[in-house]
Amino acid sequence: MGNKLQDFLETQVYPSQIWQSVFRHGRPVNDRNRSLAVLSNVFLHLHPIRLPRYATKYTYTWGMGGISFLLFLVETVTGILLMFYYHPTDTLAYADIKSLEFDVPFGMLLRNMHRWGAHMMVLAVWFHMYRVFLTGSYKKPREFNWGVGVILLTITLFMSFTGYLLPWDQLAMWAITVGTNMARATPFLGHEGPFAEYLGMKNNNDVRFALLGGTVVGGPTLIRFYVLHCIAVPFVMSFLLSVHFWRIRKDGGISGPQSARLANLNKVTQVKAAQGKKVEATTENKAEK
Amino acid sequence: MEETTAVTMYSLENFIEILTLPDNIPIVILITMLVTYTGIAFYKAFDNDKRIAAGRPVWEGEPHNQEKVHTWPHLLNIEFIVAILVMAGLTLWSTFLNAPLEEPANNSVTPNPSKAPWYFLGLQEMLVYFDPWIAGVILPSIIIGGLVAIPYIDTNPKGNGYYTWKDRKFAISVFMFGWLLWIVLIIEGTFLRGPGWNFFMPGEYWDAHKVVPLVNVNFYELLNIDPTTPWLIRELPALALTGAYFSIIPFVVAKLNKKFYEDLGLIRYSVTIMLLLLLASLPIKMVLRLTLNLKYLIVTPWFNI
Repeated sequence: MGNKLQDFLETQVYPSQIWQSVFRHGRPVNDRNRSLAVLSNVFLHLHPIRLPRYATKYTYTWGMGGISFLLFLVETVTGILLMFYYHPTDTLAYADIKSLEFDVPFGMLLRNMHRWGAHMMVLAVWFHMYRVFLTGSYKKPREFNWGVGVILLTITLFMSFTGYLLPWDQLAMWAITVGTNMARATPFLGHEGPFAEYLGMKNNNDVRFALLGGTVVGGPTLIRFYVLHCIAVPFVMSFLLSVHFWRIRKDGGISGPQSARLANLNKVTQVKAAQGKKVEATTENKAEK
Repeated sequence: MEETTAVTMYSLENFIEILTLPDNIPIVILITMLVTYTGIAFYKAFDNDKRIAAGRPVWEGEPHNQEKVHTWPHLLNIEFIVAILVMAGLTLWSTFLNAPLEEPANNSVTPNPSKAPWYFLGLQEMLVYFDPWIAGVILPSIIIGGLVAIPYIDTNPKGNGYYTWKDRKFAISVFMFGWLLWIVLIIEGTFLRGPGWNFFMPGEYWDAHKVVPLVNVNFYELLNIDPTTPWLIRELPALALTGAYFSIIPFVVAKLNKKFYEDLGLIRYSVTIMLLLLLASLPIKMVLRLTLNLKYLIVTPWFNI
């Protein structure tokens, strides 16, 4: 049976025009085809074709960057499905959540996965930063990408924060009230902040008013947070994620110590410099640098 | 009579109830992850330190580990397994624990305590010590800006791309201090702050009518300065103290540790020392509150610090 299926695949399927148009390389049974598979696949080509062995070890990377991205995808998929059942208005939002829990098949599981996935994503992003710090991976030449990462971390928190309002229950409303009350106190721009009186800030024209679309958390806040949560912030986030991934590759792939040979060469250079001898730059070690 | 009060006032039931609230489960996971991953990192760091001391390459730099392997299958295998485990974990978590849903939003019923989402409780906890414009706006901006600045002010070329402690003692200590402070504040804000944002020990009943004496005083009151004195004169000691904190300490540190100053140069050193002093200002204010009941250090007509 197995042989028959194998024969059928090899004689009828793999050589067919349809198969050949999708996969432009042979099956990934040898290193050459596996390299081609990574190279010619838009998702896999985020990876290099080959990488040093330590970079495949979980104890080095903790996998937190990848897990963050996986959870970003989980949030996108579950989020899109949730949008089918949700009206962002103060009269319908809460009832829609109830209907997700009691009427929609697997609605509760969907909502749970979206919420717990968001919490997991916050944790994954924090621990990604923790690992990158502890391995000193933000150092030259990855300074800029570290900065992009810090912004992405902030955006992750903001995504979670804007999503917190959408169930429109007491927990949501008051968490957002507490959170956005901080904006009242922004210097110059919040009506209770220092020096705000010089700019004529009142509770109906300051930065908090712009964020809430009103003087208290209400219907206009819900639609603002909904658009921020579902469209605006994910858009910015996808843009920055692209930069983040691209720069990992452009900055030399995953961080790691200099290769043993290079490190040794540097050591010799340092020792000679310490001894006050002039180091002759041979063509060989110029090429190394 | 007193005994029964003691039993109801101090029982772990209330604490366990808060600990197992569905929305607080991430904090329990956070603590577990912190212990596990810090353990892994420092185990590897001390191992590498021993290797460096013995003149051997670090674990990441071993010839065997430097060897190039193919992404397919060596990396994709482990990515696939991790992805499956994460998805299985998330599905199990979502099957057995429901996301909370309270009563419909109501502007006229304020829950006590009102808390921000758990990841912002560090900021909410800072509100105890600083006014909202500092705790809610200035400090978060400085945290973000300070994190972005790290690669540009840490000029130590060592410890790039491998776990180590000895090569980066200072950088790691500062980061760990900030990171642990952030987590401690989240834990405190979640588990130990009850109605009225009052402090409750684990097991203490969250009494909305807890009587807390308002004994906090401003710095000039500690010095017995007449509150009706013109504010600039009244605040002179506090302004002098704050000025000294941000000017004399950088000067003294630069003098005492010339190498640190010279390695960084004027601009990098100024940014670094200011960030360090700002980082230290939070625990300093916390200690002053606990010991001297200090409310504000500086009181001006526009803002208080």
